[in-house]
Amino acid sequence: MSNKILIIADHLDGSLNESTARAVACAQQMSPTGIDVLVLAEDGASVAAEAAQIEGVSRVLQADNAANAHPMAALLTPQIVAAAQQGEYSHVLGPNTTFGKDLMPRVAAKLGVAMVTDIMSVHSAHEFDRPIYAGNAVITVGAPTDQVLVASVRCASYPAAPGGNSAEIETLSLDAELPGHTRFVNLEQASSDRPDLQTAPKVISGGRGVGSEENFKVIYDLADKIGAAVGASRAAVDAGYVPNDMQVGQTGKIISPELYMCFGISGAIQHLAGIKDAQTIVAINKDEEAPIFEVADIGLVGDLFKIIPELEEKIG
Amino acid sequence: MKVLVSVKRAIDYNVRIQIKPDGSGVVENGVKHSMNPFDEIAVEQAMRWKEAGTAEEVVAVTIGPDAAKEQLRSALAFGCDRAIHIKTDEPVQPLTAARVFEAIAQKEEPKVFMMGKQAIDDDSNQTGQMTSALLEWPQATFASEIELSGETAKVTREIDAGLETLEVDLPAVITADLRLNEPRYLKLPDIMKAKKKPIEDMSLDDLGVEAAARLETLKTTPPPTREAGVRVESVDELVAKLKEKGLV
Ligand SMILES: Cc1cc2nc3c(=O)[nH]c(=O)nc-3n(C[C@H](O)[C@H](O)[C@H](O)COP(=O)(O)OP(=O)(O)OC[C@H]3O[C@@H](n4cnc5c(N)ncnc54)[C@H](O)[C@@H]3O)c2cc1C
Ligand SMILES: Cc1cc2nc3c(=O)[nH]c(=O)nc-3n(C[C@H](O)[C@H](O)[C@H](O)COP(=O)(O)OP(=O)(O)OC[C@H]3O[C@@H](n4cnc5c(N)ncnc54)[C@H](O)[C@@H]3O)c2cc1C
Repeated sequence: MSNKILIIADHLDGSLNESTARAVACAQQMSPTGIDVLVLAEDGASVAAEAAQIEGVSRVLQADNAANAHPMAALLTPQIVAAAQQGEYSHVLGPNTTFGKDLMPRVAAKLGVAMVTDIMSVHSAHEFDRPIYAGNAVITVGAPTDQVLVASVRCASYPAAPGGNSAEIETLSLDAELPGHTRFVNLEQASSDRPDLQTAPKVISGGRGVGSEENFKVIYDLADKIGAAVGASRAAVDAGYVPNDMQVGQTGKIISPELYMCFGISGAIQHLAGIKDAQTIVAINKDEEAPIFEVADIGLVGDLFKIIPELEEKIG
Repeated sequence: MKVLVSVKRAIDYNVRIQIKPDGSGVVENGVKHSMNPFDEIAVEQAMRWKEAGTAEEVVAVTIGPDAAKEQLRSALAFGCDRAIHIKTDEPVQPLTAARVFEAIAQKEEPKVFMMGKQAIDDDSNQTGQMTSALLEWPQATFASEIELSGETAKVTREIDAGLETLEVDLPAVITADLRLNEPRYLKLPDIMKAKKKPIEDMSLDDLGVEAAARLETLKTTPPPTREAGVRVESVDELVAKLKEKGLV
């Protein structure tokens, strides 16, 4: 059976999200006969050009439509279903970003098929590992081979496929009726000059132990010093110290940086679910019994407000 | 306005789960189960609409074994008016659950179908989106704020880029994220009162729902473990280690 894979590109403001290249890396392990990337945008030229560079991509399909100015699952789904059927794909994949999480189940339901959430490892084109219970167990699932397979890729499990390709870009016109029942109102983006939390090689994060929005400044300062992105625990987000898009964990962002350094975070399983793939975890906590130390590669017991200034000075 | 809320029985989020040595699943017997935390948030939201006079009737629905009645009773203790129990001893995967919810929604005709954004056992994050797809209704997932006005809802969603607001026509499926609200603690009198509220039992057959093709779980294994590393005693030592690894 030939495995022809369609990947839905995640993008914002004219640039491709790195999660797309991670999904390509996952798809490459499914012995594909072809990997096409579908760009649904108002004007997808720049995004398509970026996608065409990803190693392993056979074709980029660019479907422009004014209705795609803001990605809404209810409007994208009929287009994806049309593209999937037109191209006779065996697999339709998306990243497990909030874009993919919102969208892919709707696509699966419209195609009338089950879906695999969060592929973390590929055994064959229809057999995968995925995490359950906040990553505290892994199940191997077998998907039916006689129907299209819809899945999301756990991006933290795959490094982005490299660039250097120049796949052909085709414009695609899709015959799909789009509903009018869902309308975009606005997007409040926390503007930040710091690296993107989901892809940054270094992440510094703070928890309830940081104590306040003002105190978070010490975390930002340290992050800026070493060029790191900033993350947080749910407790810090709930308390209003930082915005929601900084939450790391089971229900926030799942990340795989080279360095994850956390201050005043206890290490609840829901938080750990987000950092299991970090290469080096460094924990600073004043409680020597804190569970974060059970997973930290380097642990230091102490008061974060004393340690951070000293650290900044000595990193030099 | 009528609101439907789905309520799933799941292992309590505080439990450290144990994987069966033969890899056939996780140990569930004798383990504390609760209402999926995201469903508690969904129920709480419906209660707030009821208390504000926006919702006249709130109906809780679950799919699961007999034991799932416990979670329906909790939903009734929150203040739901009645409950529907679709009984099955087989685990139900999202597409099948969505077909059940589609059938229930067609029968009950709610204006809003509130669900949790994900169940914390299987972490699929699919059922709400699938249900709205089958119904051809709008969906607003990961909601952290909902404003209802007549025939529409304005929903603020927690997404990777920040906070997105969508306007959807009703009826719609809305899935709850963590910061939508903080569920109340149940009080004993409410728990007592809940015992008298009606629960209707049904089967997949009664609803004419056929189970969808399933994913087969071949085995359950522990995740790759991380070894606990070293403790350092000073910032100097920490910086030395970081430099050694080329991280600063
Ligand atoms: C369904 C569900 C989903 C969840 N999803 C997530 C998620 O995605 N992400 C997430 O993070 N959490 C999540 N949680 C919450 C999680 O269970 C914890 O409550 C949360 O992670 C705790 O955050 P924290 O470690 O910052 O706070 P706490 O547990 O309160 O820990 C604070 C720590 O700071 C230390 N400390 C205090 N002062 C100092 C100081 N001066 N110097 C050094 N250390 C100090 C303390 O010793 C303590 O260990 C979820 C919970 C549920 C129920
Ligand atoms: C270790 C393990 C092994 C499993 N093996 C199998 C297997 O081999 N075969 C099989 O068919 N199933 C199996 N299951 C169960 C099944 O896969 C899941 O329960 C199912 O996939 C639902 O996924 P979810 O709960 O994560 O849905 P999500 O989509 O994450 O749920 C989102 C929301 O939908 C609602 N919802 C979902 N289901 C229900 C429900 N039953 N009642 C009420 N509301 C609901 C809730 O509001 C919930 O918050 C297994 C589960 C586990 C944990």
